[in-house]
Amino acid sequence: MIRMSESAGSTQDREALQSAARESDTIAVERTLAGERDAFRVLVERHSQQLFRLAYRMTGNEHDAEEVVQEAFLRAYRNLGQFGSRANFGTWAYRIAANYAIDRMRQKRTEDARRSTPSSLAEEQEQDPLDLVPDERPTPDRLAGNTELRKKMEEALRELSSSERTAFVMRHWEGCAIEEIAAVLHSTTSAAKNTVFRSVQKLRRALEPYVGARGALQAKAAGAAPEPRGTEL
Amino acid sequence: MKHLTEEELIAYQEGETTQREAIAEHLTSCTACRTELDRIEALLSALDNLPVPERGPEYGRAVWQQIAPRLPERAGRGWRAWLEPRRWVAIGAMAAVVMGAFVAGRWTKKPDTGTSAGSVAQVRERVLVLAVGEHLGKSEMVLMELANATPPVSGPKQINISAEQKRAEDLLDANRLYRETAQHDGDAALASVLDDLERVLMDVAHSPEELTPAKLESLQKRIEAHGILFKVRVVGKELQEKQKTTNSAPAATDSKVRERNKA
Repeated sequence: MIRMSESAGSTQDREALQSAARESDTIAVERTLAGERDAFRVLVERHSQQLFRLAYRMTGNEHDAEEVVQEAFLRAYRNLGQFGSRANFGTWAYRIAANYAIDRMRQKRTEDARRSTPSSLAEEQEQDPLDLVPDERPTPDRLAGNTELRKKMEEALRELSSSERTAFVMRHWEGCAIEEIAAVLHSTTSAAKNTVFRSVQKLRRALEPYVGARGALQAKAAGAAPEPRGTEL
Repeated sequence: MKHLTEEELIAYQEGETTQREAIAEHLTSCTACRTELDRIEALLSALDNLPVPERGPEYGRAVWQQIAPRLPERAGRGWRAWLEPRRWVAIGAMAAVVMGAFVAGRWTKKPDTGTSAGSVAQVRERVLVLAVGEHLGKSEMVLMELANATPPVSGPKQINISAEQKRAEDLLDANRLYRETAQHDGDAALASVLDDLERVLMDVAHSPEELTPAKLESLQKRIEAHGILFKVRVVGKELQEKQKTTNSAPAATDSKVRERNKA
């Protein structure tokens, strides 16, 4: 079996693999457009995992995420003619999935609003937030491993508007550029930046009692909290 | 000096600020702002660790199986594709298998024994076992050649795999037919290996003709990742065994019939 003698650095290897995958994607797109339906299978198998990750983080449940993945590929297939072959199929499919996930979230939100009962919300709010924080200083792993806290995080994410959640997921989990987020949200880059900011701010408000409690106590102990916040650099 | 606003701290954490240096400097001397930034980072890190349910390596295939029946036919080159010579080779091979099964069935047909249907089925199975075995052998050769390909020591560093690609494309048509037959016959193990083989053949067929050493290595890794060479060898061996068994089966059946008649 062939093995390259001078193995390039890991970054170069990764770039070469990505470039090979992109090239292979372009060929698969061309063949699908030429009428070979099975060529589309290569694209589906290559990008399903990535789309599922995005869809799950956006919708927050497996069933919806699965549906988003399937619908995204169906839409991509139907609109493949509009896809410029020079663009990256992965990014394009990703945008389709993000857009469909936004629609799905909005639709679900409307349905949930119709069904929700005020009593269940009140019950949840009665719980003392500090009960959820373990005694030890919380590490990110420990925080995520805490089932109750995880539930709170999921709730906080659900409370975001679909645009905010999309912006947050794309920025923090998927590492997308602001321009890319703006394209999905059909907004300007500064509006997208604001949406990211708003999402982080809302998550802080919702989760600070659970995640930031120790930090707050520490700040108080250092005697540095009370000053007003504002720019004067 | 006033403290940094939440917006500034988030923008700094995001790497989306033009005042990066000034903010960094302020953070080195201001405990309160540093603490505030730590809290933002703690929150984001905690959220980063929220798990996403695992989807196994077969997920892509499952998605394809879900959506494939829902994909509309695309008006591409359509019927013209069937006029390509390579298609005729595959069609010819398939026709030969069907004809072989038919002729063998006629030849072994024994009137009034009550076992003619069974014999025809056996012969059909034998012909298919033979054809699939041959198909797996050919596929193994193509994949072996690619797995063992080395970039030229001197001259251009590109490796041309167009010959292997053409063979992979030809094998794809036959593979599809055999996979569907195996599924129809309820041979899940064979259908699964043929399904894996189809994916690898498709990957080869859809790769560029000219590969750089890195791209060749990437393709080789993908072939390796499926473990397809091993699977093809195992199934090929099983089919050989099956072929031997089906060859000796009529004699065994005859002797059983004779014993039953004696009784």
